[in-house]
Amino acid sequence: MTTLTTRPASRWERFRDSFLLYSFKRDLIAQLSLLVFILLVAAAVLAPWLAPMNPYDLAQIDILASELPPFWVDGSDPTYLMGTDAQGRDLLSTILYGARVSLIIGFGAVALQATLGICFGLLAGYLGGRVDAFLMRLADIQLSFSTLMVAIVVGALFKAIFGGGTFSDYAVPLLVLIIGLAEWPQYARTVRASVLAEKGKEYVDAARVMGLPSRRIMFRHILPNTLSPIFVISTVQVANAIISEAALSFLGLGMPETQPSLGSLIKSGFDYLQSGSWWITLIPGLVLVVLVLVINLLGDWLRDVLNPRLYKG
Amino acid sequence: MNSTATSPVSEATQPLLALRGLEKRFSLSGDFLEQLQFKGGKLVRHQEHVHAINGVDLEIQRGEALCVVGESGCGKSTVARTVMGLITPSAGEVHYAGQRIDDLSTKQLLPYRRRMQMIFQNPYASLNPRMTIQQTLEEPIRLHHPDWTAQRIKDKVNEVMLSVGIDPDWGPRYGHEFSGGQRQRIAIARALAVDPEFIVADEPISALDVSIQAQVLNLLMEAQQRHNLTYLFITHDLAVVEHFGTRVAVMYLGRVCEVAPTATLFARPRHPYTQALMSAIPRLEDDRPQHIRLKGEVPTPVHLPSGCVFHGRCPHADTRCREEVPALIATDDGGQVACHAVEEGRI
Amino acid sequence: MSLLDVNHLDVRFALRGGDVRALRDVCFSLDRGERLGIVGESGAGKSVAAFSLLNLIAKPGYIAGGSIRFDGQELTTLSDRALRKVRGHRMSMIFQDPMMTLNPVLTIGEQMVECLKAHRRISTREARGISLNKLQQVQIPSPEARLDQYPHELSGGMRQRVIIAIALLLDPDIIIADEPTTALDVTIQAEIMALLLELCEKHNVGLILITHDLGVVSQVTQRMLVMYAGRVIEQGPTREIINDPQHPYTQGLINALPQMATPGSRLNQIPGSMPSLSNLPSGCAFHPRCSFVERADGSRRQACHDQVPEFVTSGNCQAACHMVAEMIESERIPAEEQD
Repeated sequence: MTTLTTRPASRWERFRDSFLLYSFKRDLIAQLSLLVFILLVAAAVLAPWLAPMNPYDLAQIDILASELPPFWVDGSDPTYLMGTDAQGRDLLSTILYGARVSLIIGFGAVALQATLGICFGLLAGYLGGRVDAFLMRLADIQLSFSTLMVAIVVGALFKAIFGGGTFSDYAVPLLVLIIGLAEWPQYARTVRASVLAEKGKEYVDAARVMGLPSRRIMFRHILPNTLSPIFVISTVQVANAIISEAALSFLGLGMPETQPSLGSLIKSGFDYLQSGSWWITLIPGLVLVVLVLVINLLGDWLRDVLNPRLYKG
Repeated sequence: MNSTATSPVSEATQPLLALRGLEKRFSLSGDFLEQLQFKGGKLVRHQEHVHAINGVDLEIQRGEALCVVGESGCGKSTVARTVMGLITPSAGEVHYAGQRIDDLSTKQLLPYRRRMQMIFQNPYASLNPRMTIQQTLEEPIRLHHPDWTAQRIKDKVNEVMLSVGIDPDWGPRYGHEFSGGQRQRIAIARALAVDPEFIVADEPISALDVSIQAQVLNLLMEAQQRHNLTYLFITHDLAVVEHFGTRVAVMYLGRVCEVAPTATLFARPRHPYTQALMSAIPRLEDDRPQHIRLKGEVPTPVHLPSGCVFHGRCPHADTRCREEVPALIATDDGGQVACHAVEEGRI
Repeated sequence: MSLLDVNHLDVRFALRGGDVRALRDVCFSLDRGERLGIVGESGAGKSVAAFSLLNLIAKPGYIAGGSIRFDGQELTTLSDRALRKVRGHRMSMIFQDPMMTLNPVLTIGEQMVECLKAHRRISTREARGISLNKLQQVQIPSPEARLDQYPHELSGGMRQRVIIAIALLLDPDIIIADEPTTALDVTIQAEIMALLLELCEKHNVGLILITHDLGVVSQVTQRMLVMYAGRVIEQGPTREIINDPQHPYTQGLINALPQMATPGSRLNQIPGSMPSLSNLPSGCAFHPRCSFVERADGSRRQACHDQVPEFVTSGNCQAACHMVAEMIESERIPAEEQD
C-alpha cells in the first residue's frame, strides 16, 4: 500500500505524464497540424489588427485597384500582397476576415450540434425503451436528408419570405442554426452508443443505488466518461461544418459577398476565373483546404490516441 | 400507497427483508417489431424469455448474514439487484421492514436508499473513473444529508475512509491509482458513508486475489460488528459462505432449493444439488472424498424443465420430480428444502 | 536430466518508462509425466512464465536471458519455424478462455482436422477418426455430432472439454494449462480437473497447471512453485508445501483461506498488496508485507531490506527467504557443535 506518494498529482502533472502528451511529442504530423491550425485561428481571430485593410469599410476600397494579381505575378501592386478581388478589396485582408466568419460558423454549428446531440444521445441511451426508439428514428429521418438539401430548402425559404436584405443581416446565426440542426444525429448516435456501454458498468448502478436523480447520473456520471468519442467526432464535425458553409456560400445561400466567408470568396472569384484572375478563387480555396486538412489530421491523431472503439464516422 | 405508519415494535419483530414469490423474466426478443414472425402464413407475435428467477421466497432477519450461493446463471445476482430496485420484478413483492418497496418511485425510495446499500463485484468498474475518491464518497452523504455543512461532510468522509483503512490524504486521487483491494475498500466506504443498516454484497471478493480476499472479508465482518449490519451476501464460493454466513440459501436455475443455518447445511446438506455442490469444492486436505458427479449440465433458463428444475441431473429423480414443482418444506434441523425425495424420505 | 529445464529465465517488457522485469531468475524443471503447479496472485508472473515456455509472449515482452531446455533442445534460440513444431505438437496449451483457441466460424471437426493435418501427413478421413477418438476420451456426449457443431453451440464446460481434446490431439509430452477452470462453475470445474488428471495419468503426459486456487493445485499436482512479484519464492512437493509452508508469503496465502479459520472469526490476512513490477521494493520483494521482518533483529531486518534472498533447501522444499535461511543455519550450528 506504499506505492502511492502522499501528495496527489496536480492537473498539470497528470497532463505532463499523460499518454496524450507522450504520443503528441512523437507525432510530427500532429505537431505540424496543430501549429498550422493555431496560426490560422490566431490570424483569423486577430484579423482586425493584422489585416492591412478592412474589407467591410467601403471607404478603404478602391474600385480602380480591382483584380490586381498577387505580388509574385507581373503587374502587381506591393500594397496588395495577395492581390485584390473584383471589387478592389485586398485579398489577404478579405481572406483573414473570411476565415474568421468560416471558423465562427464552424464552431458555432458544432456547439449547437453537440448540445442537441449529447442531450438526445444521453436521453436515448440512458432511458432506453420508447424514448430511445423515438429519438433514434428521428435521427434516422434527419440523416436520410442530406445536410445540404435541408440547408438549401431552409435558406431558400428564408430568403423568399424575408427577402435578401434580412437574410444578409442574419446570415451567420442562420447558417449556424441550419448546419447545427442538420448534423446533430452524428453526435446523438455516438453518444448513445457510449452511454449504452457505460450504463452497464457498476459505477452507474452504484449511483442509482445511492438514490441519485437520473439527471445527475446522466450528466455527472455518464457524460464525463463519454467525452473521448465526443472530442474525436467534434474535430471531424468542425471540418464538415466549415465545408458545408463553404458549399452553401458557393451556391449563393450562405454568406453574402459584403461579409465574405471563405466559401463566398471562392464563389465571387469563380466568375473571374475565365478572365485570368485565378487568385481570387485559388488562394481562399487553398486556405480552406489547409484549414480543413489540419483539423482532420488532428482528429485522426486524437482518434488513434483516445481509441474510442465506438466511434463510427 | 398504504400508510407508512408501521410501529417500531412490529418493525423489530418482523424480518428486515422479505421476498415473496419473486420472479424476473428478461425478454430475449427485442422490441415489438422484432417479435413479429411469419409462421404458417400468419403473422404471430413470438416472445422468448430468460427466466432469471422463478418464485423466490426468502426472509432476512436483523443482524444476520444470509449468503446466497449457486452457479452462474442461477439468478443470485438478479435477486440482489431486484432487492436494491435496480431491476423491477416481473411478479412478486419485496418488503423492507414491513413496507413493500418494489413498486415505489425513485423519490419514494430515497429514504430506503439510505438504509440499504450495495457493494458490487468488480472494483475496477464500480468507481467512476472521472471522479476523485473524495467526490465519490461525498456524493451520497450530500444527497442524503442536504442540511449538513461542508465541514461535517468532510469529517464524515474522513471517518469512513479511516474505518476501511484508506488514508484520508488520498482523497484527491482517482480510482485507477489504487489496487483492486483498495478500490473495493473505497466501494465499501461509499456504502458505509450513509450509515446503512442493510448491505447487499454481490460477489464482493470474487474479483480479488486470495490474500486481498481475506482483507476484504475481515473488513466486512468488522463493519458488521461495528454498525450492527445485516448482509445479503451473494457468492459462488462455499468456503466463504461457511466462514461468513449465518444462514445459507442455495439457488439453482432461479429457484431456492435449500435454506439452512450455515453449520447445519455444511454438516448435513439435504438437497441432492447442495450435496453435489459441496463435494465439488477443491479442498486442501488430501483425503478428498470422490465428488458427486452430476450428469449433464445446467439447462438454459430459456426453456425451464418441468417439475423440479434439477430433475435432469438428479440421481434421485422419479416421475413426480419430473412433473411436480417441489415447495420449500421445513426440515427437523431448522432449515428448509425443496425436494420430493427428501420429503418422501428417499434420501 | 528432466524433460523440461528452465534456468534463470528473465523476461522483460519494454515499456515507455523503461524495461519492466516480469520474470526474474525463474528456475524449475519437469519430468516426463510429472504434474507441476504454478501458484501466485495476479501480477506474480505465472502466466508470463507459461507463455514464455512456448515463446508466445507478445510484444513488447521479450526473453532477456536464461534458458529453456526441452528434451535436450534449447527453445529460447530456436527459429520460429522450428518452434512451431514444438508448440502444439510436443507442448500444447489450454487457456482460461476456450474462445482464445477455438475459431468461431469453423466447426469443431474442421479445427481438429486442420490442426492434425498441419503437423502430420494424413488424410482427412484419418484425421477425423483421430479427432473423434480424442473427443471420446474427454467424455463428451455424442462426440460424432459435436464434430459438426460450431463452438458457440456448446456450453462453457463442453468447450473446455473440446479444448482438452485439441490439446491432446498430437499426443504432446507436456500440457500447459493456464487457469483452465477459473471461468467455470465449481461442479463443472471439479469434473474438468478430474478429467485432466485422469488423462495425464493415463497417457503419461506432463502437466503445468497455472492457477491461483490452492485447492485445485493440492488435488492435481505433485510439485508446486509459488511465485511472487516475478520470482519463484518457494518450490517443492505440493503436499509438503501445503502442510508445512516455509516462506512467509506461502504461509500467509494458505492461512488467509477461509477454510483455515474457525467460521465467523477474523481471517489471517496478509497486509498490503502485491507491488507493481515497475516499482519493486528493494531486497526481498515481500518484505514490506512480511510479518517476520518487524519481529526480526537488526541485522536480518537489514538483510530483508537490502539483499535479494537466495534459495535455501529445507527438507524437500526450497524457499527464498532470509528468515528460513537463518533458521536452517541456527539448527545446523548446534548440531555441528555437538559432534
